[in-house]
Amino acid sequence: MIKLQTPAAKIGGVSLTNHMLLAAGVLGTTAASLSRMLRLGAGGVVTKSIGPEPKDGHHGPSLIPIAGGLINAMGLPNPSKEFTDEIAPLLAAQKPIVVSIFGGTPAEFAKVAEWFPNAQAFELNLSCPHAEGYGAAIGANPRVVRECTEAVKAFGKPVWVKLTPNVADIGVIGRAAEEGGADAIVAINTVKAMRISTGMRRPVLGNKFGGLSGTAVFPIAVRCVYDLYEACDIPIIGCGGISTADNVLEMMMAGASAVEIGSAVYDNVNVFSDIAEDLYAADGIPVEEIVGCAHD
Amino acid sequence: MTEEHMPTVTTITAVIDETPTVKTFVFDELFNFRPGQFCMVWIPGVDEIPMAFSAANAITVMKVGDATSALFNCKAGDKIGIRGPFGNGFYPTGRVLAIGGGIGVTPLFTLAATGEVDTFILGARTAAELVFPNELAGVTDLKIATDDGTRGYHGFVTGILDQLDVTEYDTICVCGPEMMMKGILDRLVAKGIESRGQFSMHRYMKCGVGVCGSCCMDHEGLRVCRDGPVFTGDFIKDSEFAHHHRGPSGRKE
Repeated sequence: MIKLQTPAAKIGGVSLTNHMLLAAGVLGTTAASLSRMLRLGAGGVVTKSIGPEPKDGHHGPSLIPIAGGLINAMGLPNPSKEFTDEIAPLLAAQKPIVVSIFGGTPAEFAKVAEWFPNAQAFELNLSCPHAEGYGAAIGANPRVVRECTEAVKAFGKPVWVKLTPNVADIGVIGRAAEEGGADAIVAINTVKAMRISTGMRRPVLGNKFGGLSGTAVFPIAVRCVYDLYEACDIPIIGCGGISTADNVLEMMMAGASAVEIGSAVYDNVNVFSDIAEDLYAADGIPVEEIVGCAHD
Repeated sequence: MTEEHMPTVTTITAVIDETPTVKTFVFDELFNFRPGQFCMVWIPGVDEIPMAFSAANAITVMKVGDATSALFNCKAGDKIGIRGPFGNGFYPTGRVLAIGGGIGVTPLFTLAATGEVDTFILGARTAAELVFPNELAGVTDLKIATDDGTRGYHGFVTGILDQLDVTEYDTICVCGPEMMMKGILDRLVAKGIESRGQFSMHRYMKCGVGVCGSCCMDHEGLRVCRDGPVFTGDFIKDSEFAHHHRGPSGRKE
């Protein structure tokens, strides 16, 4: 298998210790769990999405392991402004942490971003598929994506925009983020999905529908990253179903400069260090030779 | 990640009144669990909540909130969903002391039922709220404490603990209100045997399978649902235990 050279990297304005970040929404509610994932080998971490008001999230069941992945409808639970105290020590220590934020309008994105003057970067959640008025509900509109990006970019920090695959042409949304000043695009968030309990004759998630993640969505994510690489010039962070070093390489060949990993922690909390062991070698080839190499 | 873990739909076959505020719900499926493991109980249209197994086909529940209130309205013939078993469970060795307070007795009851518990300290506010006293008396050396003195020792379970030589036990399994567990941990620390303590932690859980992070504990960031719920005393003594926990939004409470 192909091995990559030295893992340290600066991607989208953020210095990472390797090319793999913990994806938003997974073990990202507390500073302690984020620190643990850094200790366990994540090159960087993305926090739980923080919004303008505290939210308890949807009623359960909120996450169910299914064949090939996880289906969830958490409902953006978050402590809102109180998260500033939670994350302050890690931001002060210059850990590779990206603060994920969500809002319903550009002004709400800006309001939340203003709470984190020490953030190294922001990731805009314009892609959660199951929160009314937030995420994909507004992230499918290129004008809104551009305006939200501009509103947060005004704080002068790197801005990553996480996109939904639940659109006809993800390239259009990626270009809107780029026009708004985004430093990187993260693709993809979960794919809108549903399961029904036949025994109960009703949807199994408390919110009825939710988002699918895990290996089942990997081919969708690869396609989206491939399309975005054609459509945009800023770095792409591949996300969706990555669980092996070969998945990382494939995502990079599609055009990703780095990746985010989430659902794979369900099977293996040490997934970052395990992949790193397979992925890197001192005599490996430069990452630049791999990123986008599958394009003509 | 190929195994389906959709909730198993079970039919309630019996509802047993244990105390004025505690009921046992028996269902028509058997789950192979280790004492101390839990399941996620789906009450359709309401919520999904973590519960200890009280038998391979039963949960024993105290009415404390919306979901448990809805469960209390269920009767034989109604359906609930069960996911699990989840978590690590107790792993006792040698001479075993179990200490359970209130509804916290449930996972320890299943441990005692295996014959592994030498001594059991059972606590409740009042005699009427004691859970499983008769069943426990048949399988272990049972000592009872009630806050109001209506049965057994008049006071907390720690009062009985102080009358024992706790160093004679190799494992001390504990489940109950956090302040009760704190009192016990303090005594183990004082004797330098906190690593013999196995404490079943309660934290707000959403996913139950170690992904969402809502139950992660300070300072190590371990997940109560997946790395626990049972942790040794030497681990929790420097944690958020007895200091704070987090609610559904992640806010500290």
